[in-house]
Amino acid sequence: MPVIFITDFLIFLLLFGSIAFFLYARKQEHLTAPWKEIKKQPLAMSSAVILSFFIIFGLLDSAHFHPRIETDEKSENVYSNEILSVLDLLLKDLRLKTEKTYSAPLASYSFSKELIELEDGKKIRDYPRLLYGGANLDNPKTDSTSDIIKRISLGFLYGLLISSVIILLIIFSLSKVRNEKFIITLKKCLSKNLETNWMSIFITMSILFIVIAVIYHLSQNYHVFGTDKVGQDVLYQALKSIRTGLVIGTLTTLVMLPFAIAMGLMAGYFRGWVDDVIQYLYTTLNSIPGVLLIAASILLLQVYISNHANDFNSIEQRADLRLLFLCIILGITSWTGLCRLLRAETLKLREIDYVQAAKAFGVSNYKVMLQHLLPNVMHIVMISIVLDFSGLVLAEAVLSYINIGVDPSMYSWGNMINSARLEMAREPIVWWSLTAAFIFMFILVLAANLFSDAVRDAFDPRLREF
Amino acid sequence: MISYILRRAMYAIPILIGVNIITFVLFFVVNTPDDMARMHLGMKRVSEAAIVKWKDERGYNKPVLFNHSANGAKKITETIFFQNSVKLFIFDFGRSDSGRDIGYDISQRMWPSLAITIPSLIVGLLSYISFGLILAFFRGTYVDISGVILCVIMMSISGLFYIIGGQYLIGKFLHLVPISGYDTGLNAVKFVFLPVLVGLIGGIGASTRWYRTIFLEEMNKDYVRTARAKGLSELRILYRHVLTNGLIPILTGVVVILPSLFIGSLIVESFFAIPGLGSYTIDAINRQDFAIVRSMVFLGSVLYIIGLILTDISYTLVDPRVRLN
Amino acid sequence: MSLFLFCIGCDQSSWNNPYPHEESDELIYYDSFSERPKHLDPVSSYSSNEYIFLGQIYEPLLQYHFLKRPYELVPLTANNIPKPIYSDKNGGILPETAPEENIDTIKYRISIKPGILFQPHPAFAKDKNGSFLYHDLDENDLNKIYTLADFNVLGSRELQASDYIYQIKRMSHPRVHSPISGLMKKYILGLDELSKELNSLYSSDSSSGYLNLHDYSLSGVNLIDKYTFEITLKEKYPQFLYWLSMSFFAPMPWEADFFYSQKGFEEKNISLDWYPVGTGPFMLTENNPNRRMVLEKNPNFRGEIYPTEGEEFDEDLGLLADAGKKMPFIDKAIYSLEKESIPAWNKFLQGYYDTSGIVSDSFDQAVQFDSQGDAELTDEMREKGIQLLTTTTTSTYYMGFNMSDDLVGGDSERARLLRHAISVVVDYEEYISIFANGRGLPAQSPIPPGIFGYTMGKEGVNKYVYQWQNNKVKRRPVEYAKELMNKAGYKNGRDELSGKPLVLNLDTPAAGPGSKARFDWLRKQFAKIGINLVVRATDYNRFQEKMRKGTAQIFQWGWNADYPDPENFFFLLYGPNAKIDHNGENAANYKNKQFDLLFDQMKSMKNSSDRKIIIDQMVELVRYDAPWLWGYHPVGFSLHHDWYRNAKPNLMANNTLKYKRIDPDLRSEKRSIWNQPIWWPIVLIIFIGTIILLPAFFLYRRKENEQII
Repeated sequence: MPVIFITDFLIFLLLFGSIAFFLYARKQEHLTAPWKEIKKQPLAMSSAVILSFFIIFGLLDSAHFHPRIETDEKSENVYSNEILSVLDLLLKDLRLKTEKTYSAPLASYSFSKELIELEDGKKIRDYPRLLYGGANLDNPKTDSTSDIIKRISLGFLYGLLISSVIILLIIFSLSKVRNEKFIITLKKCLSKNLETNWMSIFITMSILFIVIAVIYHLSQNYHVFGTDKVGQDVLYQALKSIRTGLVIGTLTTLVMLPFAIAMGLMAGYFRGWVDDVIQYLYTTLNSIPGVLLIAASILLLQVYISNHANDFNSIEQRADLRLLFLCIILGITSWTGLCRLLRAETLKLREIDYVQAAKAFGVSNYKVMLQHLLPNVMHIVMISIVLDFSGLVLAEAVLSYINIGVDPSMYSWGNMINSARLEMAREPIVWWSLTAAFIFMFILVLAANLFSDAVRDAFDPRLREF
Repeated sequence: MISYILRRAMYAIPILIGVNIITFVLFFVVNTPDDMARMHLGMKRVSEAAIVKWKDERGYNKPVLFNHSANGAKKITETIFFQNSVKLFIFDFGRSDSGRDIGYDISQRMWPSLAITIPSLIVGLLSYISFGLILAFFRGTYVDISGVILCVIMMSISGLFYIIGGQYLIGKFLHLVPISGYDTGLNAVKFVFLPVLVGLIGGIGASTRWYRTIFLEEMNKDYVRTARAKGLSELRILYRHVLTNGLIPILTGVVVILPSLFIGSLIVESFFAIPGLGSYTIDAINRQDFAIVRSMVFLGSVLYIIGLILTDISYTLVDPRVRLN
Repeated sequence: MSLFLFCIGCDQSSWNNPYPHEESDELIYYDSFSERPKHLDPVSSYSSNEYIFLGQIYEPLLQYHFLKRPYELVPLTANNIPKPIYSDKNGGILPETAPEENIDTIKYRISIKPGILFQPHPAFAKDKNGSFLYHDLDENDLNKIYTLADFNVLGSRELQASDYIYQIKRMSHPRVHSPISGLMKKYILGLDELSKELNSLYSSDSSSGYLNLHDYSLSGVNLIDKYTFEITLKEKYPQFLYWLSMSFFAPMPWEADFFYSQKGFEEKNISLDWYPVGTGPFMLTENNPNRRMVLEKNPNFRGEIYPTEGEEFDEDLGLLADAGKKMPFIDKAIYSLEKESIPAWNKFLQGYYDTSGIVSDSFDQAVQFDSQGDAELTDEMREKGIQLLTTTTTSTYYMGFNMSDDLVGGDSERARLLRHAISVVVDYEEYISIFANGRGLPAQSPIPPGIFGYTMGKEGVNKYVYQWQNNKVKRRPVEYAKELMNKAGYKNGRDELSGKPLVLNLDTPAAGPGSKARFDWLRKQFAKIGINLVVRATDYNRFQEKMRKGTAQIFQWGWNADYPDPENFFFLLYGPNAKIDHNGENAANYKNKQFDLLFDQMKSMKNSSDRKIIIDQMVELVRYDAPWLWGYHPVGFSLHHDWYRNAKPNLMANNTLKYKRIDPDLRSEKRSIWNQPIWWPIVLIIFIGTIILLPAFFLYRRKENEQII
């Protein structure tokens, strides 16, 4: 039985919106030209591949449903209250294989000593075997290294195989589209003679497939990133956090976009008192320290939730509402920048001949803004979306640290870092939760930064770096 | 000039009123006076009478916005909103819900914040500008390219990582400075070192990249080419022309944040146990002492507006073509 | 950087020493505090982080013996432990064994030691003519005053019985909030009337100002002579003596109250809540809760004697080495604010704090268990000379059911079975091992060990949750719980009537990092019998509101003993104390007539075998009804360095600083060994940096040369 959270809905709305925009933009010369520029850049294309992997994970994690309960009576379908996503199904192994408490990455033994009762009734204090980590081994102390190496190499081979098949398929279909011989397309790809830098795409893709295959093979029998305090697989948590990061990074901008565009255009186009009011509005909002505004709003939401506790029969719903609310609040604190940029651009544009002409012909204000102004500021909007993304992902971690971020029950890198920060004081140190969260966040943000640089350079040559 | 500043200051008033209304609404919906009373009276054995008494003492027993039972102007003034918000305009912050004088606290806690933010700003500016200059100087070489890549990488690392890592490495592992805490006078130096360093490294990526762009833009201008044609050495060009002209956008950009240095940094202060205004605010949020939070919001807005005015002024000072009107 | 090097260079002590070098050799005790004390007024203070300070400053009449166990009251400023005198309606004295119906009032006659002086304080300062120097100040005089230290002349005065009376009257002061005034009004004769009288005065004349409590009489408290007074109670209440050892009953000089109530003082934070005035061994000389609190030795302290007798092994442990010597042994105690646990722990390891608790995350570093399961220090700690003290606290952390809830509450068999099933299935043994590193004792009843009425071993086992196997307590298996669920009509966690899966809500105040792990664990426990648990975490305010309205279903809470008596735990389940009806402390809203009757009977009894029998009956009643999952009693672990002496955990006394001794030479020696700065990584980084930049330098040279050519 499917469940649709508000953020799920918005994510799919965003997805379809982007597809629609893409189809629209394909026909617009001034929007396609910069993209061609981007397609040629190796770093940008590698980043795009990485981002799309993240997005796929995020989308898989956005399709939620109530699983069916297996019952003996066949008459009626009974659904559990639990809410799972498609990603949970795929990661069923990771999700359900929980240990008792901490275990190091790829470990076969628990992290801390426990009282173990031997078969002869004697008790010793030692590191107990894990329930799942290295469970296939008879004697992990000697066998685990070779087992791990075996799995890594196996994963490597599989990854290489899968990626080469996919790459060949892509080249094959390319050659069909281009009406060339397969060999010619292949050569062009390798010598970077096509309009898209396929070479970097292929390399990144192969690396990613190999990494995924290796991790997959290892995770069959080990906890690749170890387990946390209650024995949950850290890799699973990090993967589940992808959706949260993406939602914060994208929905925040999406939520504020209509306001920022409408207000920016109106302020620049009408000037006069409309401009004054809008300027007043964003100066006021801007002058409130953002963190305090967020803190107040999150507390406000908590009051709302606890007063309407009965409307939410699952933690996931409460967490989702809080996530959405956080996006809205972050949007409110960050829309002003875009609004100001749009206002300045509109002020310039409205003096241009064709806009003046349109006005002289009696075209309604609404139409002028929509048909003449909006398309000409679209590049600014796009640049700000991609530029804001990485900042928002990082902001989530900081907000969670001061307990005003996403719901504590939600998987997010911020929450992982927050609960792991005490682990630094442990001796021996528990580093894997923190590391996993930082690595995932780092890869996403780095890819987003590189990609957004390329987008900015392509769309706004004035800002290009030398 | 003075009349301009006065006029800008007048514009600030409606903005501050707006800020006040927003914060008031937010915090009073969140936290009714009853909640505050309970929060402050502790956990065990709290009676209803005690709560009424607490509200009484702090003036939270009045109507929120409009007092029907009072006469004349008192209908407006004898309300929680008026008593708690309007006094802020004359910088009378009143007393926190726990009974402390907020104004006094702020005047005390301002200094530790400044002790962190001012060195951070100065050291930061100096090093970012030098890094930016170095990258610009070696443009196109391996130094530049690897520098830019390093910048992007450092930008992509969460700030929390720098804090946690810095404390672990320098404080715990190398025993060079105390892990956290604060002291007055010269003794503060050893406490300030680590937060400043962490702040510096955290900002390196974005700032260096930005300054590099500014310098490069400057280097491509005609007068630099002329200077080069005259045979001036590259270093001299860099110092004489590029640096001085590039500093203008950098410094005017800095002016806007100058006033907010008082507020300090929320995260850094609470992690390093610096008794500044940042940790003051965080504590107040956690303890739900909203009298303090409201005061800090108001102070933040005032400082922000001062920053805006200062920026405008600095533009005219730097570029005579810009007129204030 | 050079400035930094310079400044550090002139400081000879370890670089990371957070304290000035000069302090190293002094008799200073270093500790940390994590939360700012809210009240330092003894009549309103009611939390342990405030008692850390108040306990050293104020001296109530009685105190707990530092070494003896079970806890025993001994006189502090009083000459002896007061004995109750029972009298009937006509004032005739009754014997101790008299039936309760005949007793009308109970009198305690208390006499205090003469010659006790208050700490130096400006409130006592007098000029040559004998009139108070600072009792008539106006706002001009206050211009240059910011803290109490700005008053130059200090004075003192001898402690009198009237100071105690003044403090008791303050419980009814309309401007002072005392958390126990409600309770005391029930017992102390005339306190309620005085409170009403003062309240009417206050509302008619709302101007702030001094209210001379000596002008109003309190019928239940009478001054006999300078050193003697008498308290009259309306009901038999043996626990009253315990209250007399708490700071609610500390002496309060009227001079101080008058001094602080002058105009303009409160605005400057110069108030009793901020600057205590006591007779104790220490006085608060610096109160900067943003950074540190400093206690210094009170020069007027009479010099109490270190106890000469203790428990069996105290002699061997060296706890009696100072027996008979004059206390206190340290000159100063500095408490620094430390909000984050990691820095605090690391500073302890570096020797900059003398004592430390152990947070869960640093536990494995500090403590390991030997093969018998006993806690011992790790080698690393032992090498440092760190020592460990453990004690089971007189607290309980429980999970309660709201007994007024339709689903889990009430007296129906179905709900009771459900409660039992949940009790079995939430595995507190595992909880303790994961979240408390084994530092806890699963509770069998509300009574923690160390309190009268606690039963050890087989007899003390809660048979609804545990069974006795092989001389050990063993939690009943999950299958048993499933069986109970079947009986209750929740087969596989599904309501047989509606067919829907069972969803329960847990309300808990959210608590920072790590709470997610706990919530996950709890959900896992309930899922064992198919119950879907929804954890509704809110802030503490919201949580309390829910408890008050009774909208919670399952909740988590805890209780810390006020005094070592079972009454202090059973009253959490006493019907007339129910949260929703009476705003009492019975958060589960548990009501059982039989239990309430037994409680009334048990309350005023002396510890005896009769009392034990009643307690056992009460325990059996609540175990059967299971309004709580009894949860666990935390075991406190504390560490201290070996230069810190006379350490013995005492859960009741909060004035233990005076017993402590410090060896500063040993401390500074160890500190300098532990904190040698390490330089090579810095040098290495600079070296690598230079190497990387070198080619660039040559590149530049080449470019310059090209240009010249």
